[in-house]
Amino acid sequence: MLRIQGLTAEVDGKQILKGIDLEVPTGEVHAIMGPNGSGKSTLSYVLAGRDGYVVTGGTATFNGVDLLALEPEARAAAGVFLAFQYPVELPGVGNANFLRTALNAVRRGRGESELDAMQFLKLARARMKELNMPEDMLKRGVNVGFSGGEKKRNEVLQMALLAPQLAILDETDSGLDIDALKIASDGVNALRGPNFSALVITHYQRLLTYIVPDRVHVLMGGRIVRSGGKELALELEASGYGAAQAA
Amino acid sequence: MAAVTETIETVQAATEGTYKWGFETDIEMDFAPKGLNEGIVRFISAKKNEPAWLLEWRLKAFAHWQTMTEPTWPSVHYPKIDFQDAFYYAAPKQGPKSLDEVDPELLKTYAKLGIPLKEQAFLAGVEGAGESAADARMPIAVDAVFDSVSVATSYKERLAKDGIIFCAISEAVHTHPELVQQYLGTVVPTGDNFYAALNSAVFTDGSFVYIPKGVRCPMELSTYFRINAKSTGQFERTLIIADEGSTVSYLEGCTAPMRDENQLHAAVVELVALDDASIKYSTVQNWYPGDAEGKGGIYNFVTKRAQCRGKRSKVSWTQVETGSAITWKYPSCVLLGEDSVGEFYSVAITNNYQQADTGTKMIHVGARTKSTIVSKGISAGHGQNTYRGLVRVAPTAKGARNFTQCDSLLIGDQCGAHTVPYIENRCLTAKLEHEATTSRIAEDQLFYCRQRGLTQEEAVGMIVNGFCREVLKELPMEFAVEAQKLLQISLEGSVG
Repeated sequence: MLRIQGLTAEVDGKQILKGIDLEVPTGEVHAIMGPNGSGKSTLSYVLAGRDGYVVTGGTATFNGVDLLALEPEARAAAGVFLAFQYPVELPGVGNANFLRTALNAVRRGRGESELDAMQFLKLARARMKELNMPEDMLKRGVNVGFSGGEKKRNEVLQMALLAPQLAILDETDSGLDIDALKIASDGVNALRGPNFSALVITHYQRLLTYIVPDRVHVLMGGRIVRSGGKELALELEASGYGAAQAA
Repeated sequence: MAAVTETIETVQAATEGTYKWGFETDIEMDFAPKGLNEGIVRFISAKKNEPAWLLEWRLKAFAHWQTMTEPTWPSVHYPKIDFQDAFYYAAPKQGPKSLDEVDPELLKTYAKLGIPLKEQAFLAGVEGAGESAADARMPIAVDAVFDSVSVATSYKERLAKDGIIFCAISEAVHTHPELVQQYLGTVVPTGDNFYAALNSAVFTDGSFVYIPKGVRCPMELSTYFRINAKSTGQFERTLIIADEGSTVSYLEGCTAPMRDENQLHAAVVELVALDDASIKYSTVQNWYPGDAEGKGGIYNFVTKRAQCRGKRSKVSWTQVETGSAITWKYPSCVLLGEDSVGEFYSVAITNNYQQADTGTKMIHVGARTKSTIVSKGISAGHGQNTYRGLVRVAPTAKGARNFTQCDSLLIGDQCGAHTVPYIENRCLTAKLEHEATTSRIAEDQLFYCRQRGLTQEEAVGMIVNGFCREVLKELPMEFAVEAQKLLQISLEGSVG
């Protein structure tokens, strides 16, 4: 269970999050919607522990563990995965090498044995097949020369391999065509189960027809202004965020 | 943020000031008296029981050295060296003639240095000690240099089958005097530069390699260097000759014990490639770089040069420089033979207060000669990193080609990267290309890696290894793995 209470945070001295209260019970997928500048990406970075995103108050725990006290890599080992809105390029670093290093780091954190190159390749190929991804993505540099869609699919592949307990998807749908959107959604849906939770951050209702959320929250001005069931997303699509705030 | 800082401090405390291979062995040393004069040169020559011609050669070099002054053009800074305040000869007292006689202390030292077990097994004369198929296919012969005297040479018999000579140069002087006399000092003349002259006068040992006509050397030849005695300058002399149509790959790896005084190291390496011969020379250099405040560390003033004398000959230098307080080093190729090829692949890291002024010279003389330069400089802490390279094309080098790529990576905001390319082209049909970039490790790259579970150090190591990939892939497999680890170790605690 992810439990956020009274979370406030600032970036460059400017307060962005102004008191977030949110609970995502284990096994549930929650969507966070909101207009540009409402604090959606800030929330995801704060939860993942990015430098420069300074928590000024409140708490965030995952399965009872104080996330805010951990280094980013320790949060990853605790099962937190952030799918980046803009995946970063690592020139010269082979995708397979990166994925295996990441997987082994997380496995080490969980007290599991590390995988050797052959074991890893077997696992990676199986996941890629499930996600209908070309195998040559393993051989290329991390995100280097990838199209926008390929980058997002690479994020989904990483998520599938690392098998996190909490996935935060930061506008994974932006820049995706309908086929890529479906692949990304399949990746998330494949992980759904009693031990998996997700925060799906998005502008649009479109993604939520593929990843059907248990709850939908509206984030505006650094606060959750409204929460509801999956039908709330459809309502927002029809009437806009202004109406959401008024309600 | 506080947590991040604390972690970095912990990591620094755990890594800095504890140079992984900082230790000394207590083997009794046989010193020449401190200082440098003609008497010392004669002492060294007499210790080695050298023929008269070599003593003459040394004395000539010494006379030349006395007329020279230290070069001041490199962008490195250090207190003036007192050449009279050092020892110029130090050797283990027992001069082991066979492996059985190797001092157990030495073998222990190799173990501490992390010389792979199978190579120690080779040293001990055990065959087939390789673990993987690749190892078994490509055994490595070690000519181990402990301080100034080569103490053990392995696989000599296997090499002798092909007529390959691989031994200490002091030994070659006696066993193959005609080869040594024919080639010594012909690539780097005794008066070439201040440090080369000094080396010529007082060199104590090093490696000698001769590959006969048409022979492909069946294994990588490898030398481990160590500087071991306090205040002992180290003056290695290496000479490699690849006769017509032969091929050889030579590996040089170094680590040194921790100490407070700066140590001078002025090696000379000469390579000669005749018609259709090919020499690959790979270096992983990990000498003590000094502590976090810049105290101590090795001064590495090396002259490395190759002559591609023959048609279609090829020399390839690959270096990974992570150690030393100061590095002054320009492995070069003189491309005399038509269609000869010179290559230089380099990674140089400077962290803390390390300084490196390194690069290459490609001298095109023969027609259709080709050269490639790929240099990757990484600066962290207060490190200063200079690439200095010369591409010179003579009027005779019709259709010569050069491609140069210099990339610099900065970590932190206290370090510096400098690129100083010199291009002298006297040939209208030559084609020269130069590319240079400077970049930083971006915060978003680090965060991306850490979000995937990598520690800060692992993330830096991975990004830096990616940056250096084009160079690392030129190294023999085993060396490449070692080099990748070194890059990461060298940069520990550098990001904060």
